Amino acid sequence: MSSDLAELEVSVWRGDAVSGRYEDFRVPAHDNQTILDVVSWIQQHLDPTLSYRYACRVGMCGSCAMMVNGVPRWTCRTHVKVALQDNRISIGPLRNLPVIKDLATDMDPFFDKWVAAEGRHHPSRTRDEPIEQIDPEDAARLEANKGIECINCSVCYAACDTVAGNADYLGPAALQRAWTLYNDAKDDGRQAILDAVSGTGGCHNCHSQGSCSHYCPNDLNPMAAIAGLKRATARSFFKRSK
Amino acid sequence: MMRPHRNHPLWYAFILHRVSGVSLALFLPVHFYTLALALTDPERLDGFFRWTELAVVKFAEFGLVFLLALHMFGGLRLMALEWLPWSDRQKSMAAGAAAVSFLISGVFLLRAI
Repeated sequence: MSSDLAELEVSVWRGDAVSGRYEDFRVPAHDNQTILDVVSWIQQHLDPTLSYRYACRVGMCGSCAMMVNGVPRWTCRTHVKVALQDNRISIGPLRNLPVIKDLATDMDPFFDKWVAAEGRHHPSRTRDEPIEQIDPEDAARLEANKGIECINCSVCYAACDTVAGNADYLGPAALQRAWTLYNDAKDDGRQAILDAVSGTGGCHNCHSQGSCSHYCPNDLNPMAAIAGLKRATARSFFKRSK
Repeated sequence: MMRPHRNHPLWYAFILHRVSGVSLALFLPVHFYTLALALTDPERLDGFFRWTELAVVKFAEFGLVFLLALHMFGGLRLMALEWLPWSDRQKSMAAGAAAVSFLISGVFLLRAI
């Protein structure tokens, strides 16, 4: 019970797209408490104007990601004890995205890049044709499976220094989506995908810093997916130039 | 202060590769200029060789060999990452590149002093 009497010192970013600052709050500490619990407690007990985004609270929807002590995290599944430094936590909006208000970012650039990377299904058959049989042990299917648990939380996008330095860079999530579809036997847009990911903002911008894979809350590996795209685009280039 | 999100092994591998690459790019013109002294001004080159006998210069050479080896082995890791089938042991390979580089530059230093 003693820990219930303690208080956390929490700095929360308050502001909009133009300016802002960190505002300090004191929040009761509990044995089992997530970062999202802390943000919700502030909004419910101290300042109802605090804006933030969440939905499922169980790590499935990907909407509650924020910068916690300078590191991108899914806040609903991040225990306070994991992030706490000297009894302090700073909570800010996701990096590399425009801020709408306080902790809520505008995710449009992130999702626009999914579309730009051809991260959409390109059907190989019509609804009148029989469904294609997929061998679950096929090497390409196994490769595609590695990326399908992405929850679009944008943690990788916020962690990436290449995104920070190059506004056109498609980013780890969109490129991993492209690699997943490239390996999907039911997708008929392989060349469109390779063309989309080999342009100026494409996979070859990646410096393999690995922050995307390091921070992915679902333990996915966008760096490996991007390396796969680099190999596929190079192979395609040499084939076409023959 | 370094941004907290950069505090992981592969980001350090990235920055070491970048810093060693830029350092070597700055070193090479000086290196070639010095070598050219053999043709243009041999006496100055002999003076330079005497200067390199200083302990502090030997230690700097150790740093140079370390950066060179680090850039080479780190570069081999990156080429393998981009051209060979994926391996999950990237952190181990980056650590291995640093360890081998330290071994090579350490042997160089022990032979030099």
